[in-house]
Amino acid sequence: MLKRVRQIIAVISIIMVTFLFVDFTGIAARYLGWIAKVQFLPALLALNVGVIIFLLALTLVFGRVYCSVICPLGILQDGFGWIGKKAKKNRYTYSKEKRILRYVMLVLTVIAFIAGIASFVALLAPYSAYGRIASSLFAPIWDGCNNLLADWAEKHESYAFYTVDTYIKGGITLGVAIVTFVVLFILAWRNGRTYCNTICPVGTILSFFARYSIFRPVIDTKKCIDCKLCERNCKASCISIANGHQIDYSRCVTCFDCIEKCPKGAMTYTYRRPEKNVASSVEGDQVKISDADTKAEINASSKTDVSRRGFLASGVAMATVAMIEAKEKTTDGGLAVIEEKKIPNRKTPIVPPGAQGIRHLTRHCTACQLCISECPNDVLRPSTDVSMLMQPVSSYERGYCRPECTRCSNVCPTGAIIPLSRADKSSVQIGHAVWVKENCIPLTDGVECGNCARHCPTGAIMMVNSDPNNPESKKIPVVNTERCIGCGACENLCPARPFSAIYVEGHENHRII
Amino acid sequence: MKKDINRRDFLKRFGLGASVVGLTLASCDSTKDKVAYTASKSELPTGKMTYRTNPKTGQKVSILGYGCMRWPTKSGGSARYEDEEIDQETVNNLVDTAIKYGVNYFDTSPAYCKGKSEHATGIALSRHPRNSYYIATKLSNFAPETWSRQAGIDMYRNSLKELQTDYIDYMLLHGVGMGDDGMDEFNKRYIDNGILDFLISEREAGRIRNLGFSYHGDIRVFDYLLANHDKYKWDFVQIQLNYLDWKHAKEINERNTNAEYLYNELAKRHIPAVIMEPLLGGRLSNVPDHIVTRLKQREPERSVASWAFRYAGSHPDVLTVLSGMTYKEHLIDNLNSFCPLKTLSSEEMNFLYSTADLMMQYPTIPCNDCKYCMPCPYGLDIPSILLHYNKCVNEGNVPESSKSENYAEARRAFLVGYDRSVPKLRQANHCIGCYQCAPHCPQSIDIPKELHRIDEFVENLKTGKI
Repeated sequence: MLKRVRQIIAVISIIMVTFLFVDFTGIAARYLGWIAKVQFLPALLALNVGVIIFLLALTLVFGRVYCSVICPLGILQDGFGWIGKKAKKNRYTYSKEKRILRYVMLVLTVIAFIAGIASFVALLAPYSAYGRIASSLFAPIWDGCNNLLADWAEKHESYAFYTVDTYIKGGITLGVAIVTFVVLFILAWRNGRTYCNTICPVGTILSFFARYSIFRPVIDTKKCIDCKLCERNCKASCISIANGHQIDYSRCVTCFDCIEKCPKGAMTYTYRRPEKNVASSVEGDQVKISDADTKAEINASSKTDVSRRGFLASGVAMATVAMIEAKEKTTDGGLAVIEEKKIPNRKTPIVPPGAQGIRHLTRHCTACQLCISECPNDVLRPSTDVSMLMQPVSSYERGYCRPECTRCSNVCPTGAIIPLSRADKSSVQIGHAVWVKENCIPLTDGVECGNCARHCPTGAIMMVNSDPNNPESKKIPVVNTERCIGCGACENLCPARPFSAIYVEGHENHRII
Repeated sequence: MKKDINRRDFLKRFGLGASVVGLTLASCDSTKDKVAYTASKSELPTGKMTYRTNPKTGQKVSILGYGCMRWPTKSGGSARYEDEEIDQETVNNLVDTAIKYGVNYFDTSPAYCKGKSEHATGIALSRHPRNSYYIATKLSNFAPETWSRQAGIDMYRNSLKELQTDYIDYMLLHGVGMGDDGMDEFNKRYIDNGILDFLISEREAGRIRNLGFSYHGDIRVFDYLLANHDKYKWDFVQIQLNYLDWKHAKEINERNTNAEYLYNELAKRHIPAVIMEPLLGGRLSNVPDHIVTRLKQREPERSVASWAFRYAGSHPDVLTVLSGMTYKEHLIDNLNSFCPLKTLSSEEMNFLYSTADLMMQYPTIPCNDCKYCMPCPYGLDIPSILLHYNKCVNEGNVPESSKSENYAEARRAFLVGYDRSVPKLRQANHCIGCYQCAPHCPQSIDIPKELHRIDEFVENLKTGKI
């Protein structure tokens, strides 16, 4: 019964998070945005005190239910473990807590966070890891299905579905997502929650509270027949029958599998009685079981997935190329060929409005990719710069930061991008436009243009005669940098290709104009 | 038991099926009769063409005139838009058919089909007796280098040669009123160089049987020429007339004049009118669905275009209605409208005027997808953008404000449909306004202006300003 409830909540929860990541219409963000905001690490970064207290209290009362029903990466691993158990029943064994590893990982995370090494935190954060998997691996499948429906809708003159562009937004992020997915698949398939109880910093923090949780599973030694079914079905490897029926509550994720499994009804989920100690062990004597096995397995698995990653990556790349080619076929005929825009060499990266500046963004962002999957204008993409690896940066060769859109700021769970109203957004300067004389069409082609000035939402671009003494001379744009907000409309709509004649330089710190 | 039922069922179905087959076969026979009957009815009768009389010469001119500006090319398109050789064999065939059913007015010009029309028309017509048809051609001295007297005379003499004849039945000053300053250009083309006097002398010599002009644009020139009718004695005038331009020409384009005024001015002076653009560049055959329904409901067996042709022919002072027929189907359809012409009643005329009012509620851009503006050097797909806009106009998906009844659906249909019809990189927001396209547009659409207007509309839709 308890297990069934846990499973139902977990499935609903992971479906909601996944929908949040794959949806491109903005509907999910409107109704399900909260689910990203109740994730532990994002709430911590956003200093969302209410959520933190709630989650800690939840853990203190019920144990690590967070890891079983809220954390999407935990639920995903349960999914993998479920497949593993299909292959081989009763496959888990007890192992002792690798406390040193856990604490080292936690300390490293804290140090990296304080030192501002965002990419390290981002790599370990469970919610963000799931976000990268969902946005890099699941979203393309979702988009593909949507595009099939869109084709069908088009044939039936319906506007219910529209086609979305699917492309690799960041190679590194995709690679990281694939590696994470494969490693976790192998780990969870074979040993359940290894990651959660060794590496995951959130798991370690919650374990401090879970050790003292009020409700927890206990073994009634009077009823127990030492059949070890509970131990062999514990995905956290935290039940040890041989060592006096101990349960390590720091690792127990409160999945209730053991309670369901027990043939004698010897296990119950009950509150802690101060005077009693049936068999609950907080630390307990450690059994000398070698953990070399597990380590060897980790090594082996990471070795295999190097080649596997290559294979998968090339497969995805090939599929994408095929898709692009098929698309381009529809656009020939008497049309001029359009060269693809190239990204200009920006001295400072552009980060989205609401991020306040590069420093604020890098310090708060866990690179979950939610803003990137949310961006409807193909502006945001994961950075490849080491100092802000996988965190969002803006570029305008596919689209520009449209004045009516504030979706990234509204969806960010960590407060790395702070919510903005439309009016606020249009007065935040995230960069400024720079004119490149050599590329400007009126000078190179000798025709009237002014497309940048025509589309500037703040009227920061004016057209002036290229020769001040000749009122007949072709007009060129001048930028009033005080009014420019760096939205990139000019860069994106500039007819010069592959490099625009006007491009945006990012600002380290955003300011209000 | 079960098996039995199945078998019985099977037999039942089989029997039913067989009888259906039988019925179908039986009905096939009767259908055949019907088809044969309709076919024989639609067979064109010779000698039924309606003719109008030229008041000066008493000549009988067929109400359907053949416009020779769209002769077919060998690749199957119209020579107007393609840089290809004219398909002479098909031209001969079209001319033979036209003459067989009574068409006797052929209108060409030294400018048509990149200058090849007169030659092709001459070949086709010279295969028939010279007195079985009338030739209309023009002095098409548009380019400033042809404004000299000698160049004008050369052009005229060349027309006689190409058309293999020693006289022209109907000679026109081509497109008076065009240009930035219509009056000035008219003077330079025909008055200052004495060409008009020359043509009048040719008329006196009998080498020009009727002298007239075709008019576009500046109304001052039209008024001036009619005011001097006593001096020039115009035998006919060619004007643009159709049921949309009758009252709405000025609304569609500020430079134009309503056909009602033009026609009445001519009728007042008993000058026969030759009608061009009866179909308004195809816009009166390619109309919104609700207009098709409206027209078809009244005359299910007539084409949409036939309404426009019969409308033009129903004005009593019209000498002939020109149609540039590239395909045999166009010719047959028009012959059906004019053999004989059943003139529209005043009730039917009013029906067309209210149809025109309905069409004007949908201010479509007069693009007919000729692709002459293409390729745009900056990659835009101009006709697709304009046609998408027109489609949304015709379907009522161009909301005027967010308070419009169907705002949400219309907005979605416009924006989603826009991305479907035009790839993002070829949409209107990429138009830089270089104006390289505009001079190529035969409908004189101010393309960059229209694109910027559509872009602004899209922008307003996206930002929720409307």
